[in-house]
Amino acid sequence: MNRRLTWFNATSLTLGFAFLYLPMLILIIFSFNESKLVTVWAGFSPKWYGELLRNEQFLDAAWVTLKVAALSSTLATVLGTMAAYVLVRAGRFPGRTLFSGMIYAPLVMPEVITGLSLLLLFIAIGLDRGVFTIVLAHTTFAMCYVSVVVSSRLMTFDRSLEEAALDLGCTPFEAFRLVTLPIITPAVISGWLLAFTLSLDDLVIASFASGPSSTTLPIKIFSAVRLGVSPEINALSTIMIGIVAVGVITASLVSKRAIQRQRREEVEGVRA
Amino acid sequence: MAQSKPQNVFAPWNDPQEKPLIRFQNVTKRFGTFTAIDNLTLDIYRREFFALLGPSGCGKTTMMRMLAGFETPTEGTILIDGVDVGPIPPNKRAVNMMFQSYALFPHLTVEDNIAFGLRRDKTDRSSIADRVSEMLRLTRLEKFAKRKPHQISGGQRQRVALARSLAKAPKLLLLDEPLGALDRKLREQTQFELMDIQEKTGTTFVIVTHDQEEAMTVASRVAVMDHGKVIQVDTPAGIYETPNSVYVADFIGDVNIIRGKAHPADGGLIRIHYAEGAEPILATPTQPVAAGQDVAFAIRPEKIVVAWEPDHSRANHARGKIIDIAYLGNISTYHLELPSGQKVSAQMTNARRLARRDFTWDDEVWLSWSDTAGVVLQD
Repeated sequence: MNRRLTWFNATSLTLGFAFLYLPMLILIIFSFNESKLVTVWAGFSPKWYGELLRNEQFLDAAWVTLKVAALSSTLATVLGTMAAYVLVRAGRFPGRTLFSGMIYAPLVMPEVITGLSLLLLFIAIGLDRGVFTIVLAHTTFAMCYVSVVVSSRLMTFDRSLEEAALDLGCTPFEAFRLVTLPIITPAVISGWLLAFTLSLDDLVIASFASGPSSTTLPIKIFSAVRLGVSPEINALSTIMIGIVAVGVITASLVSKRAIQRQRREEVEGVRA
Repeated sequence: MAQSKPQNVFAPWNDPQEKPLIRFQNVTKRFGTFTAIDNLTLDIYRREFFALLGPSGCGKTTMMRMLAGFETPTEGTILIDGVDVGPIPPNKRAVNMMFQSYALFPHLTVEDNIAFGLRRDKTDRSSIADRVSEMLRLTRLEKFAKRKPHQISGGQRQRVALARSLAKAPKLLLLDEPLGALDRKLREQTQFELMDIQEKTGTTFVIVTHDQEEAMTVASRVAVMDHGKVIQVDTPAGIYETPNSVYVADFIGDVNIIRGKAHPADGGLIRIHYAEGAEPILATPTQPVAAGQDVAFAIRPEKIVVAWEPDHSRANHARGKIIDIAYLGNISTYHLELPSGQKVSAQMTNARRLARRDFTWDDEVWLSWSDTAGVVLQD
């Protein structure tokens, strides 16, 4: 097969990537703009990053965002892993199809609806909106992503490993803690990273669940942009792009390495 | 030491005083509408190497999983050491299992795999270390203690699995197709190792296998199963030489089945008329046979002698034409056709290296066998 890059392939590749990344590239370039005017290039300067560090409001929002992301991704990982375990392990209990459908439904649910329904819930039970409600909201929608990632790993998990643990004297919980969990850890980690990045850049759900005292970074950026784009926002967005990129790349590397190791072990097993 | 035959042969199943270690009492197991085990009653004794043998789907694995505690009987009881184990979960049973896939924990070293069960028992550290090194020695794995399962060979993994399941000194060790993943040479060698280890540790072994040769080699007794029922339980020799049914005779080794009608002859013998015009077969029945009853005569290929002339020291003779010859080195198998059209196979040992094997295709030869060479079966 001819594997060379033809001019056609090269063009479509360039076009595709330009479409995806040109806006971000421009944003990153302009974050280093000397001028206060966003659209006029006036030479290179990292000064807006310095300005950013002195902007209390942005720093507060960034801190809230990180807190929310860390808490909600951890909660979502615990709940999502549990849900995945039940879905894959519990066999055919009545209502299994309904249950699995309901876990995956938030994946396709419009965020506006999720956000609105959460808002109504919080009002109904009289919960003051703040960091806590954003954490709850993000846990809700990130959990299904985690359970998708973890359940796909559990599908290929050799059940007899758990049986062996039980056979050797483990209680079911010990079997999970000592055998299942260490083996599926890469999937759990990549689920956590996915949940973290999802929480980090969520605007819609957060804007429903947040209160006046607690604003996340995406909300802050959105409201700031409505008053006009400033180079500071560009700098902030560049940092966020960096964090999200690192998160996503790490998540995919972790799961890729785990898959490769598993495959290598299988190959070695066959050869041995 | 005197090489005389030991007087006390290991046969607890013949001793009415002996209490069985495992007792299946009218055990039935259903999965939905499928009956995996059908009203099964069976005793297994201490220190036995007991084989459950049968085709896939016969229920042998279900029986093993019920002993381990992964399944519970739908009806009936299973007693281990006189205790009904129905309500006892797997982690509370003094039973360990060696899994078909070995199920070694990939994230733990060989050493930690073996120590895994001991650590659950809150045994103190030094005695765990002692027991682990004892197990490593027993299975000759000392050199691999620090390796992970994916860094050792298939045969070594099999030994780690064995060491891990023996480490807690269980009353009963279950082996689920333990040698299925090994190649033939290694399998044969490992069979003898298993027997050796079973003898050294004195543990009761129950092995599940579909490989009849393996069951015959390792087991003190074999249970041949089919469709959730035990068809016959006996020693390997008993199963082979005195099968109780056509199914067992056919399942274990090669056999010729000749169907006919029985007629009484002198001295408790019977004559089996199997074809018009053919000389009836003189055979010794194990149970009384009514005149004119339909019987199946089962005879193993190696019990039939092939020669140019009939062998008059044997009671039965028949002419046959050679259809096919399979030369296997140590033996040759002849596929023959009797004048009645009945196909029969016969086996001759190639005891001499350069002897002329002068039978060839389409040769007319004589088959001879004695009146006790075959088994009379009634279905």
